[in-house]
Amino acid sequence: MFLRMLRGALLRQRSRRLMIIATVALGASVATSMLSVMFSVGDKINQELKAYGANIVVRPQGAAVVQDIYDVDGGDDIQQSYLDEADVPRIKTIFWTYNIVDFAPLLTAQGDVSTAGGTTEDVTVVGTWFNRHLDLADGESVDTGLVNMRGWWTIDGAWPDQEATDQAVVGVTFAQDNGLGIGDPFTLTRDGVTEQMTVSGIVTTGEDVDNQVLTNIAATQDLIAVPDAVGEVEVSALTTPDNDLARKAAKNPASLSVAERETWYCTAYVSSIAYQIEEVIPDSTARAVRQVSESEGTILEKTQLLMVLVTVLSMAGAALAIANLVTANVMERAAQIGLMKAIGARDAAVVGLILTEILIIGLVGGLLGFGVGIGLAQVIGHLVFGSAISILPSVAGIVAALVLLVVLAGSIPAVRFLLRLRPAEVLHGR
Amino acid sequence: MTNTTSDLLRLTDVSKIYGDLHALDHVDLTVRRGEWVSIVGPSGSGKTTMMNIIGCMDQPTEGTVMLDGRDISKFSGFDLTQVRRETIGLIFQQFHLIPHLTALENVMVAQYYHSMPDETEALAALDRVGLAERATHLPSQLSGGEQQRVCVARALINSPKIVLADEPTGNLDEKNERIVLDIFGQLHAEGTTLIVVTHDAWVASKGQREVRLDHGRIVETTVHDDAGAGGDEPAQSNVVMTGGTDQGE
Repeated sequence: MFLRMLRGALLRQRSRRLMIIATVALGASVATSMLSVMFSVGDKINQELKAYGANIVVRPQGAAVVQDIYDVDGGDDIQQSYLDEADVPRIKTIFWTYNIVDFAPLLTAQGDVSTAGGTTEDVTVVGTWFNRHLDLADGESVDTGLVNMRGWWTIDGAWPDQEATDQAVVGVTFAQDNGLGIGDPFTLTRDGVTEQMTVSGIVTTGEDVDNQVLTNIAATQDLIAVPDAVGEVEVSALTTPDNDLARKAAKNPASLSVAERETWYCTAYVSSIAYQIEEVIPDSTARAVRQVSESEGTILEKTQLLMVLVTVLSMAGAALAIANLVTANVMERAAQIGLMKAIGARDAAVVGLILTEILIIGLVGGLLGFGVGIGLAQVIGHLVFGSAISILPSVAGIVAALVLLVVLAGSIPAVRFLLRLRPAEVLHGR
Repeated sequence: MTNTTSDLLRLTDVSKIYGDLHALDHVDLTVRRGEWVSIVGPSGSGKTTMMNIIGCMDQPTEGTVMLDGRDISKFSGFDLTQVRRETIGLIFQQFHLIPHLTALENVMVAQYYHSMPDETEALAALDRVGLAERATHLPSQLSGGEQQRVCVARALINSPKIVLADEPTGNLDEKNERIVLDIFGQLHAEGTTLIVVTHDAWVASKGQREVRLDHGRIVETTVHDDAGAGGDEPAQSNVVMTGGTDQGE
């Protein structure tokens, strides 16, 4: 009998029921798309922000102490210890290996540059990996280097070949000051060591690098006569915004309880990734570049907050609309509901019947909205990020819970009306 | 609980007060088992208020209402619902059939809220009012008289001890009015207690007793000698001026 009454009720007042379905579908579609984008936006925004540089710097322990104490960048005159270049690929062996987007070793030295036009003393020479293909121990391979990490640099010419120790890139200002062009030779000299180089490209950075010379790291190692030396490693990693646990761990990982440590270690906080890098590179200290990582976290949090607000507002709007529609529907059926009560229906039975009706309608609207929301998320993904948005199963669960909440919240006025309705007031209309 | 005394309903000093308005004003009324009582009076006289109180859809401000041996005047809403389920059959002027259910299903709704739907019993109830062949029709496919007969079948399906009818023929033509009153006559003959609220003098005369209300008080009681016989002529009457109190017969 319940099902007969339900079926009959659902098949009546179709236009009003379609309105409720459309309202729920609208709210559910916005919630689905916003939540899907929100869950994906972390990676998307992180990837976008990776174009603006590293968020972790790895230094030898000694150099890091000096840097921490004096708050200066370690030049070769200060730096007394180095990392081993052979250890650098280990960065891709940590627990969060897939969050390591790019990394590049840097070795800075001072040298004299002789060109056809003369000699310039104390020029900063930076050795690095421009584009390095690495075959890792686990069978994976990775292409990384400074070129990936400085996406905003522009180069006239070409970056040096991977193994070429006689090619260099010079900063645009340096090139102008010394009359250097692409293909021009010059000589690097330091403490009696001389290297013949050729300009493969001229780079414009808007930074100090415009006055520097960039070489493959092997050439700089030869220049300072320290084989395999690495001054520091810049690492670009996808990270989770810091919270209190991450901040506590960043100060002192040893202060964490076992459970806290497990949570922290297994979350991609910048501090836990840095900690894991220290574990794989001997005698190293990894530091988060706070300004970068915090900016990333702030942007991410604000973007996600915006999406949560849009979701909440859309669902609140849907709840208000549902409240109006359902209440109007129930008021139209007041005599029918009064009759049910008059012939013996208890309040719970009547409320159960009406809520079941509304929940079924909400379910239809929710399913429809979820489908539309997936499409909407893809549109947003392609328009804003240029890629598809993955739909997590948890989004379906959250949207289902939201639809349930909204439908129930929207039904509150109608339920109050039902409970207050007295059969005597609606059954004696003349 | 079943009470075997001859009085099924006894209102004692019942008042219903809305602010300054006394919809019912110290009313006493007794209805015996198997009796057919008509309640008449002008609009605003308190007929509907009395029916709501007897039908457990409202409670008196003062006084006691004994129904089948129980004082329902202080019952909770929950208990009143239980009394409506078990003891009372309601018939309305506007029929109040659920529009998306068939005639049969409308009868079964009353079974559903009482105990358990039984299609055979519901069909038998429709057959009793001459509508077995219209069982699968929606209310919109039935005439007014047929809808009222469905309403009667719904009121009878749970074998109530008392049937309350509020202007049961108010929306019917003469032919259907006779059909409905004939059914009431049969019910009365079978021992069903009937209380019929009506404006229609001829309908009122069909009852054994006619109670006239005015300004919330019983002003007159008329006893009809051959009431319920279903004849065309008004019954022979003995008028008793009661001045607010009816003591039954």
